[in-house]
Amino acid sequence: MNLTLKVWRQHDASSEGKIETYEANDIPEEASFLEMLDIVNNGIIENGGDPIAFDHDCREGICGTCSLTINGVPHGKESAITTCQLHMRKFSDGDTIFIEPFRAKAFPVIRDLVVDRSSFDRIIESGGYVSIRTGSAVDANSMPIQKDDADTAFDAATCIGCGACVAACKNASAMLFVSAKAKHLNSLPQGLPEKDRRVIKMVEQMDKEGFGNCTNQYECEAVCPKSIKSEFISDLNRQYATASVKEAIG
Amino acid sequence: MNLTANSFIKFYGSSIGKKVIVALTGLALIGFLLGHMIGNLKVFAGPDKINGYAAWLHSMSSLLWLARIGLIVCFVLHIYTTIRLVLENRSAKGSRYAANATVKASGASRAMFWSGIIILSFVIYHILHFTARVGNDYDGYIDSSGRHDVYRMLVDGFNWWPASAFYIISMALLCWHLSHGFASVFQTLGLRTERTWGLIKLAGYAYSLIIFIGNCSIPVSVLAGWIN
Amino acid sequence: MTQKKSDTPNAKIPSGPIESKWSKHKMDSALINPANRRKYTVIVVGSGLAGGSAAATLSELGYKVKCFCYQDSPRRAHSIAAQGGINAAKNYQNDGDSVNRLFYDTIKGGDFRSREANVYRLAEVSENIIDQCVAQGVPFAREYGGLLDNRSFGGAQVKRTFYARGQTGQQLLLGAYQALQKEISAGGVEMYSRSEMLDLVVINGHAKGIVVRDMVSGEISSHAADCVILATGGYGNVFFLSTNAKGCNVMSAYRAHKRGAYFSNPCYTQIHPTCIPVSGDYQSKLTLMSESLRNDGRIWVPKNAQDVGKPARQIAEADRDYYLERKYPSFGNLAPRDIASRSAKEACDAGLGVGNGGLGVYLDFADSIQRFGKDVILSRYGNLFQMYEKITGEDPYSQPMRIYPAVHYTMGGLWVDYNLMSNVPGLHVLGEANFSDHGANRLGASALMQGLADGYFVISATLPNYLVNETPGNVSTDMPEFKEAEEKVRDQINRLVTINGKRSVDSFHRELGLLVWDKCGMARSEGGLKEALEKIPAIREEFWENVCVPGDSGNMNQELEKAGRVADFIDFAELLCNDALHREESCGGHFREEYQFTKDDPEVSSGYTNEGEAKRRDEDFAYVAAWDRNDDGTLNLKKEWLEFENVKLATRSYK
Ligand SMILES: Cc1cc2nc3c(=O)[nH]c(=O)nc-3n(C[C@H](O)[C@H](O)[C@H](O)COP(=O)(O)OP(=O)(O)OC[C@H]3O[C@@H](n4cnc5c(N)ncnc54)[C@H](O)[C@@H]3O)c2cc1C
Ligand code: HEM
Ligand code: HEM
Ligand code: SF4
Ligand code: F3S
Ligand code: FES
Repeated sequence: MNLTLKVWRQHDASSEGKIETYEANDIPEEASFLEMLDIVNNGIIENGGDPIAFDHDCREGICGTCSLTINGVPHGKESAITTCQLHMRKFSDGDTIFIEPFRAKAFPVIRDLVVDRSSFDRIIESGGYVSIRTGSAVDANSMPIQKDDADTAFDAATCIGCGACVAACKNASAMLFVSAKAKHLNSLPQGLPEKDRRVIKMVEQMDKEGFGNCTNQYECEAVCPKSIKSEFISDLNRQYATASVKEAIG
Repeated sequence: MNLTANSFIKFYGSSIGKKVIVALTGLALIGFLLGHMIGNLKVFAGPDKINGYAAWLHSMSSLLWLARIGLIVCFVLHIYTTIRLVLENRSAKGSRYAANATVKASGASRAMFWSGIIILSFVIYHILHFTARVGNDYDGYIDSSGRHDVYRMLVDGFNWWPASAFYIISMALLCWHLSHGFASVFQTLGLRTERTWGLIKLAGYAYSLIIFIGNCSIPVSVLAGWIN
Repeated sequence: MTQKKSDTPNAKIPSGPIESKWSKHKMDSALINPANRRKYTVIVVGSGLAGGSAAATLSELGYKVKCFCYQDSPRRAHSIAAQGGINAAKNYQNDGDSVNRLFYDTIKGGDFRSREANVYRLAEVSENIIDQCVAQGVPFAREYGGLLDNRSFGGAQVKRTFYARGQTGQQLLLGAYQALQKEISAGGVEMYSRSEMLDLVVINGHAKGIVVRDMVSGEISSHAADCVILATGGYGNVFFLSTNAKGCNVMSAYRAHKRGAYFSNPCYTQIHPTCIPVSGDYQSKLTLMSESLRNDGRIWVPKNAQDVGKPARQIAEADRDYYLERKYPSFGNLAPRDIASRSAKEACDAGLGVGNGGLGVYLDFADSIQRFGKDVILSRYGNLFQMYEKITGEDPYSQPMRIYPAVHYTMGGLWVDYNLMSNVPGLHVLGEANFSDHGANRLGASALMQGLADGYFVISATLPNYLVNETPGNVSTDMPEFKEAEEKVRDQINRLVTINGKRSVDSFHRELGLLVWDKCGMARSEGGLKEALEKIPAIREEFWENVCVPGDSGNMNQELEKAGRVADFIDFAELLCNDALHREESCGGHFREEYQFTKDDPEVSSGYTNEGEAKRRDEDFAYVAAWDRNDDGTLNLKKEWLEFENVKLATRSYK
């Protein structure tokens, strides 16, 4: 199939970017979206141009490296997949496709379609862990965990940290990501002792990074490749409010 | 005490804190709206009932002022906070997409600020209209028992169709605001669960619809001549 | 290839009975007191299960750690992609598992080409890993009673695999990553993401630092430390197509090798039988489908070549060859990975392969769907079916899946001793990057176990043995060795960006990959390997004349990153083929066509094994091949002979 691509090109963080047009010809429909970009890049290279930079690694939907906002939707409009799992058979011959970086102030563009998501790492650093030293753990089965709780923790833990939630949110809010980590750890007995501190610290860091405020629009949930639920945001709101009250009244 | 105050300032400074304030004040306004509507619907019970009701309200002047202050605080906090949220969010997003698309967010949720602005202008107009009674001689409307004749004020007020039209349009936007806002309160305060979510949303739509129908019934009835 | 010196590398295996080697060794190991630990700087390259866990643990102990990874976040290391699970000899199922049994299974699975002492330690430590991970909040699968669940995995008769749905690697890595972030926040670890190690710096024979390129600014910088730990993963991408992430590379290991570290057993590569087949020449990577599918799916190809193009459902039962069931009646579709993979290749080589390019075999669920109902199959494999559907656009309920083997794991790696230190003092190697524990073939769910064992429990105990003799902080990046290494790195980069040739980096990588897959993939022969060894230099030559790396090196340049990796893959491919050529036997993941059982062998006539099975030659090859390089670039083989005191060498039989 033949396609027209409108791609965001930006040389580096400090330069201005703009949309440029590329023709993608003879794209096999079995190819993945990233393979389509490989083909286009190959053509650009052979013609002496600068290939389009984009992030990717595992190409099977688990590492969270790939990004891209495709026709305005992070990871494309197919639900519950990452860009690397999107295949060209979902497009039709003659389509025009807009490809832009994940947009948010807390995700500055590094080059073309590559953005800096280290703000997510700093959020985890602020409290998204259990403070356990290697070697000090008790036997794994000494603390049974209700299956429901374990399952909920798992559902939340499947977040791959891709940042699509932020990219989709009109407010660039990171609440889905943060709430998923909070829910994962706070649902488990191992994570309970640090629960209040964790939510307060993580929210504080989230705000410091310049993410926006959630206004309950649920775009994040709709584009999340791992179907993380906005219900977790609700839980985080409550946990944060209670933790703050506890902190206030000592 | 100082520490507690600091904690509150910190809480309000945080994204979630601000949201919680919007939700709590929104909730208070939701409560007021329902009460106010029920009060207003007494107009259908005739002049005596509604005028009596108004007189009764005004007779407890200290309580009334307390309620008014509460209401003003809620309004101001709600509006001030939402404006801050909107500004912060614009700046957090930075640049927009060339191809913009929306997958799930409802129109209401995206237009909260604009529906809010209309509501604000409505409230200003409305207070000038019926509470401050600017531009009309409504203060001179006294009924046979010597009470302020709210009934006639409403009938006269709404008989001027542009006023009614503005009311009806404003009610539509208010209810649009609430169709998202009602359920949103539960999301923000962490009161939603997987099972109750559907119900909460339904309740939100129902509430919005009731407010819309209830409030609009008055200008419509006046214009239609059912109340005169 | 010359065989100059034949000194054996010293594995430093502690004496004594195998059960007590590790505890004795820990007792005998040096200790560094907490106040002194913080004077030592440790470089950890890699943030996967091995590197991430090591960096976090060493920081907890008080060492100053600098950790590097090429991804934008340590959480994205390729360990994240592991699906199946992690083994541990917990015996929670009370089905007779023990450290001894896990030890034995791993040795046997590795086709008797691994070190007993290392494997025993791995089995011992496996229990602590699960405890540690659960304490970190890793959400392993649980039973209704709230206790941990286990599943069984290839090559074992007990249920000892802990799992987190199909995302075990991800959950374990998040545990390690979170521990790492905790230490970053505590100030013990300095994290360098999007930083690629381009050289190892050796001072007076000791590894004391690295040279890295900041992949965003293009800046080249040096980092000095008291020792260097490499945990940079495997080299499966030498084949271009593999189940590895696109960025996986051999660069750091190979450059360490060029600086004197022995590279061991590169020819031991694992091919996984159940991957989604290649669909065209634009294909960039292969996707693994869990092996568990083989529990209910039946593998077949058409009996007759003329049926190959027909829709599967139109091929009559009698015209189908369920070749695994036919050849291995007792294991059937569950035959070990190497056997299942090779059989698929044989079928396709015979012209019976199905799908695009004839490189695929059917994995058919029709019988199981009929027997158990669609719902049961859905509950067992729903997510896998969905994944298959997403990629291929075909519905596996109504037509059989197509699968084909793909490169998946590499057992070979840098040579290390019992302390996980390479022959270059100070250079330690963990995880898939070392060669240590899996011999010629790795059992399912054992790589995660090894990475975490190395990182959480082994290195923290053995590192002091090296450090205790070193004065902390006695090197600085001002030393000439750093300048020399930086210069070399800059030279190579400048060369790459100024060739301005006609061909893309990928086109070379593809060409190399195809060649290596063809000649040094599932089956190898002397002729083929020699042919590959003739062709590789030609690829190298053209690469250095005709590769096109657009842009400059002073900012993010993904083509430049790839070019550096491919340059090393080309050189490494030669080492790989040389190792495969020299190992004149078949074992585990290394199958030499010349060495297989024939009908004249007594093992075949007695019915113990089949014609065509791999034939080991223990008297001549029961050693670890450790490749050293002479100054002129020629290879020099050292042999570490393996001693088996606790298990008896036997021919593997899965009949
Ligand atoms: C699809 C798939 C499924 C698997 N399933 C299982 C399973 O179920 N059970 C099991 O036990 N094993 C499984 N494995 C194997 C297992 O996942 C890996 O062997 C193991 O995770 C490797 O861990 P590691 O820490 O050694 O390396 P990796 O996780 O690969 O980490 C390598 C690290 O090194 C860094 N790095 C590499 N090169 C450089 C450089 N030049 N400069 C700087 N940094 C560098 C990377 O950034 C990364 O952080 C699977 C493998 C694959 C591919
Ligand atoms: C009677 C009047 C009003 C009522 C009953 C009301 C009610 C609500 C409610 C219930 C919410 C949802 C809170 C939440 O998300 O948890 C909300 C949100 C909002 N309101 Fe109002 N509101 C009123 C007036 C206004 C006015 C005058 C403005 C405007 C300037 C305004 C602007 C907003 C905005 C922007 C939001 C979205 C913020 C968010 O969801 O976080 N509202 N309102
Ligand atoms: C058609 C619907 C409405 C009617 C008929 C109506 C009627 C009135 C009347 C008659 C008064 C004056 C009462 C008095 O002074 O005795 C009043 C006051 C007021 N109304 Fe409404 N109202 C309507 C809708 C609303 C809405 C939607 C809002 C809020 C968004 C609102 C907010 C107020 C406020 C804040 C006051 C002032 C209360 C006070 O005196 O303290 N009204 N309204
Ligand atoms: S919550 Fe979903 S969209 Fe957001 S980072 Fe996690 S996986 Fe990505
Ligand atoms: S889209 Fe944004 S507004 Fe909230 S619910 Fe999701 S973060
Ligand atoms: S590349 Fe890993 S999730 Fe897409």
